[in-house]
Amino acid sequence: MEVAEKKEVNAFKKDLIAKRNQQGSLIPLLQSAQDSYGYIPEKAIHYISEIVNIPPSDIYGVITFYAQFRLQPLGDNVIRICEGTACHVNGAKSILSVLQEELNISVDETTDDGKFTLQSVACLGCCSLAPVIMINEETHGNLTAKSLRKIIKQYKRNNKGEAKQ
Amino acid sequence: MKEIKVGLGTCGISAGGEAVYNEIKQEVESLHLDVEVKETGCMGMCYDEVLVEVVDDAKKYLYAHVDAEKARTIVREHLIEKKPVKDWIVKSNDVIIEDNFLEKQERIVLRNCGVIDPTSIEEYIERNGYDGIQRTLGNYLPLDVIDIMIKSGMRGRGGGGFLTGLKWKFAYEAQGDKKYIICNADEGDPGAFMDRSVLEGDPHAVLEGMMIAAYAIGADEAYIYCRAEYPLAIKRLKLAIQQCHDRGFLGKNIFGTSMNLEIKIKEGAGAFVCGEETALIASIEGKRGVPRIRPPFPAHKGLWGKPTNINNVETFANIPWIILNGHEAYASLGTEKSKGTKVFALAGKIAKSGLAEVPMGMTINEVVFDIGGGIKDGREFKAVQMGGPSGGCIPASMGDLKIDYDEITKTGAIMGSGGMIVLDETTCMVDLAKFFLDFTQNESCGKCTFCRIGTKRMLEILERITMGEGKIEDIDLLEDLAGKIKSSSLCGLGQTAPNPVLTTLKYFRKEYEAHIIDKICPAHNCAALLTYLINENNCTGCTVCAKKCPVDAISGGKKEVHFIDQEACINCGQCYDVCNFNAVVKA
Repeated sequence: MEVAEKKEVNAFKKDLIAKRNQQGSLIPLLQSAQDSYGYIPEKAIHYISEIVNIPPSDIYGVITFYAQFRLQPLGDNVIRICEGTACHVNGAKSILSVLQEELNISVDETTDDGKFTLQSVACLGCCSLAPVIMINEETHGNLTAKSLRKIIKQYKRNNKGEAKQ
Repeated sequence: MKEIKVGLGTCGISAGGEAVYNEIKQEVESLHLDVEVKETGCMGMCYDEVLVEVVDDAKKYLYAHVDAEKARTIVREHLIEKKPVKDWIVKSNDVIIEDNFLEKQERIVLRNCGVIDPTSIEEYIERNGYDGIQRTLGNYLPLDVIDIMIKSGMRGRGGGGFLTGLKWKFAYEAQGDKKYIICNADEGDPGAFMDRSVLEGDPHAVLEGMMIAAYAIGADEAYIYCRAEYPLAIKRLKLAIQQCHDRGFLGKNIFGTSMNLEIKIKEGAGAFVCGEETALIASIEGKRGVPRIRPPFPAHKGLWGKPTNINNVETFANIPWIILNGHEAYASLGTEKSKGTKVFALAGKIAKSGLAEVPMGMTINEVVFDIGGGIKDGREFKAVQMGGPSGGCIPASMGDLKIDYDEITKTGAIMGSGGMIVLDETTCMVDLAKFFLDFTQNESCGKCTFCRIGTKRMLEILERITMGEGKIEDIDLLEDLAGKIKSSSLCGLGQTAPNPVLTTLKYFRKEYEAHIIDKICPAHNCAALLTYLINENNCTGCTVCAKKCPVDAISGGKKEVHFIDQEACINCGQCYDVCNFNAVVKA
């Protein structure tokens, strides 16, 4: 685990050097930092600032402008609830309230045990399966309150490694 | 030759397509069958995923709702015993099946989606791929290409509907030592997935369209600005670009001519406003995606201050077809002012949701009923929402309206990029307007005061109305604010943000009044205006609802009819969700 983490951080550092003189490299660098660390730590902002010659305050402005970037680490399992129109008219609201109740957190929060982070996204693009959530890389569609509770229970039961399978 | 194709677009994968693909591959290998197993893009019939097509020379059989078990059966019965499994086939040219989903469609943009393997450049080339750019380079001057595009009458498919050829002409005429082409693949409308399907299913068509555009305006560098939420699309585009480099279709002296072209991918970082041209350019430059005043238009001052032409995915995918088939063929489709076809993402309360490409001029009813199979669960057609957060709701009574840029604009909605969400009587129009406003309010970049604060105020009013605390003068206030936001916002986001409210006020004003005056939600959707009751005939006294109730508002012992204490009830709806006997009703 430790070694793998180092490797990813190295990938970010390589990107930093490779993109030194490229125009418009700020957003790709932030994406690279987030891929490596799981979020954008303050030190990464300072590294990037030096390489692209943009003050940290401006970088912070860019980070907070885009929905993709986060300044906090994520939980082991990331649940993304689709709030697209098709999901909305098919009951995404009640799906969200079930999630909030089961996990006891609101959108953009992480459970105290660090197991789940709840996020909302504008559209996952699989509207025919509405309402939809995505847990890590897996999509779960045609949800009802009942089927969702079952799914969450499964993830709660599984250990970190298994849950990500 | 025998082939089995599995639809592996995002929707196919979500429905379990990869498991089916692996299962078939394993079966075919273990049985040593002479069958090629391939993946393909979205076939458009998302309601039938996972889709598997068996191709037996000229005969084709499309299977729907396939899972691993069905896949094994199909391999055994169809491939070995030569008996197609008729019950699961939804389309075939050998056995007769009733399904109109594809009958009324006209596929130009989706010509290869679900047909070819998107990871294979050879399959694209086999279907006349890259003939369009070669014909262009060999036979036409840039102005000839622009002339063909203008004569085809094609209008940009991103939503604005500006004449594509004319846009190219401006960029062609602009002075500059360097010019850029940008493909806008930042499909941000919630409920729209046309561009994603094209990028995943036929990435080379988009690249070819970009090459032709680059030749026409004289660009040697191009960008595809794609949502980071579309990882599969990005993966396939990267592969397609690599394949083009390997064959000399991209890079220096492409196709052996003096033309150079590089295409790069920029991943968006999640901001709806970046669909706007100038905001998109700012985002590629690494800045906050904030729009700027036009003019100067990007055609004169775009990326890094150089002349730039921006079109969206669907527009580019049309171009090779137009070059190969001629502008007359394209202009023969559609209405007087809207030519060609339009791809719609059908979703919502519709029986068959998916992608449909129809000639312009088809009526809304034809799309909803003939192609989409009508409303889910036998409910009543109430309205369609077109154009996403910038569009509006067109009521069912106007179902005979022809799909055409100008006709749709007249209703107060817009063609938009092609999201079509079908609504039934359980959709509350006030709540829907609130939903879209919540979205635009969140996505407003904050530059223009009316868009930043006005949308927030409108949202608060709508929240008040759906909570049952609306006042009758709120309607006037909404209309007043809407007008001001439209007239004092710089970009399309603000100028169109009030449309969902204005169209629902125009066609469904009674629903607003019911919320405000009678304090009821006619669609039984707004929690604060609902009452949950027990239907005595259905209640079996199972006590599930009473146990679930967070405020102990439900009384009644085992095998006794339950009762909800309305004073204590908080309308959370949990009893409604858990009841297995339809004994909890909304009133």
